[in-house]
Amino acid sequence: MTMQSVTLDKQRLLDWYRQIVLIRKFETKCDELYREKRITGVYLHLYSGHEAVGVGSVAALRQDDHVITAYRDHGIALARGMDPNRAMAEMMGKRTGVSGGKGGSMHLASRELNFWGGYAIVAGHLPLAAGIALKERYTDTDNVVLCLLGDGSSNNGYFHESLNMSAVWDLPVVWLIENNFVGMGTRIEDSSGQTELVKRAIAYGMKEGPRVDGQNVIEVYDAVSEAIDYARKHGPVLMEALTYRYKGHGVSDKQFDEREDLRHELEDWEANKDPINILGSILRAQDSDIEPELTRIAAEADAVVAEAVEYAENSPAPTYDDLINNIYVG
Amino acid sequence: MAQKNLPMREAVRAALHEEMVRDDRVFVMGEEVGAWQGTHRVTRGFLEEFGARRVRDTPISEMAIAGVAVGAAMAGLRPVAEIMTINFAFLAFDAIINHAAKIHYMFNGQFTVPLVIRAASGWGDQATATHSHTPEPIFAHFPGLYVACPSTPADAKGMLKAAIRDENPVLFTESIGLYRKPGPVPEEDDYVLPIGVSDVKREGSDVTLVSYAQGVDWSLQAAKQLADEGIEAEVIDLRWLRPLDLEPVFESFKKTNRCVVVEESLPHFSFGSEIAAQIQEHMFDYMDAPIKRVSAMDVPLPYAREIELMALPNAQKVVDAVKEIV
Repeated sequence: MTMQSVTLDKQRLLDWYRQIVLIRKFETKCDELYREKRITGVYLHLYSGHEAVGVGSVAALRQDDHVITAYRDHGIALARGMDPNRAMAEMMGKRTGVSGGKGGSMHLASRELNFWGGYAIVAGHLPLAAGIALKERYTDTDNVVLCLLGDGSSNNGYFHESLNMSAVWDLPVVWLIENNFVGMGTRIEDSSGQTELVKRAIAYGMKEGPRVDGQNVIEVYDAVSEAIDYARKHGPVLMEALTYRYKGHGVSDKQFDEREDLRHELEDWEANKDPINILGSILRAQDSDIEPELTRIAAEADAVVAEAVEYAENSPAPTYDDLINNIYVG
Repeated sequence: MAQKNLPMREAVRAALHEEMVRDDRVFVMGEEVGAWQGTHRVTRGFLEEFGARRVRDTPISEMAIAGVAVGAAMAGLRPVAEIMTINFAFLAFDAIINHAAKIHYMFNGQFTVPLVIRAASGWGDQATATHSHTPEPIFAHFPGLYVACPSTPADAKGMLKAAIRDENPVLFTESIGLYRKPGPVPEEDDYVLPIGVSDVKREGSDVTLVSYAQGVDWSLQAAKQLADEGIEAEVIDLRWLRPLDLEPVFESFKKTNRCVVVEESLPHFSFGSEIAAQIQEHMFDYMDAPIKRVSAMDVPLPYAREIELMALPNAQKVVDAVKEIV
């Protein structure tokens, strides 16, 4: 970890801690609201367990860099600075949501934050990432695109075509696989001949990045920073962050209820590899008096989430005009 | 207005060339568009003139050609992506339908996708089952996408320039059967036709022929033959399957009370089905005969010339259909 000395700045670590805790609490609340039918619909894919990947990688971006992801997008949105009120309003399909209530949980986006959205066709956003990067190459800037993707999307044709094209054209993309070892329900050993996914970089003549511990935000930040630096100067990088999803594929996923082996695996990750605990331990080791501050951060996150729920529930539903506008420009 | 006689592919080339000269954000990408000079020679000379930054040869990767073009368009460029023939657009279907057509809506207007996807369409000489599709109506099914299907070189030029300048994604198809057919083309740079406006290609009072692209050519040939027999057909070229401009069709139908829909594509769930449905819905009181449809036969296209031709529509089939209702 060559850059750790820089990143161990206390204020920075506390900010990351704040973001990770906020995302966890936001997602836990979404889960609860879904069960109470206050968030409705079929799809709700929670980021719980993955928080350090999103926070560490997005922290490595400049404001004029770009980020794009798949449908498990709440954490990336919040890490990039999306207003939790408007994110929660989108969950509830409200007019005040970031996508006007027309996108829902899987389609958060913010043009002004250069957050290009969550996409629900697995791997469908990969060529979009390459296209945004092409615009930066074309206009001769040094901005980069961070494209987060799941291990499941690495077996889709879009993965092959997009990574190959990014290599042929030296596009400034960091392809960051959030490897949680499972697609929807199929394990990586049953879906990938090469389970060490970064090795695929070799096939594309692309820079092979590291496989990092996705539960340690500092490791993620350092590794993604190096990858971004490489992408700015040279071209694409493929890297992985190893992580675990705590709430299944989506909220309706029953696998933890039905499979004891998965329950044990989950318990192990929660007990020993939880991103909040890992960062909390680092902070406590640095400063033995930090506990009140961590408690305060957690209380503030609770308040932010409570306010978001209130804002969303008091927001109006979209109207007929909303239904029919923005199909076309003009 | 200064005009030049050009085949459609040269008119398309002229439109692309003018727009690339006019706007640095416009670039072309696709299979064999550069060093090969374009499979249909539409981008002949472009690589030499504009360089590899703006004339981008791609791998054989239709999913990425369409998807990367969507991303580049969202980010502010104006890509003109070439899918060599529309048969390969099925591979790009997801990027075109789920992303090009939906992104503006599903993020509530935060992003625009000013993208043109060009594709040659139609049956070739014995090109066989997988290389003989004309699926424009399938693409026209989805809101969020425009579908342009010109029938003349002049329309091709004016419609492509409009498509490139528009903020919305456009699937722009070029009929292989019309590529070499010459016609007068306005030479000025600002020959831009409005989007979603159909055109009466021939006036007549006895029957309305509604078509687009290659079908317009057959309809005009049929109209000429019918005129020799004293039947005056009005030929309406819709030009765009989205936005669909049916007002001139309804106006025409008020005077002819009869209609034949002519298409190069297949009959099930088709262009013809849609037009016939709309006419009966809006013009029931003016209807004197069933709406007839001339299309390809409901079979995959075979190789052998004799049976390939049996399966395809032509001017004579249009004449025969008209005679059944006039």
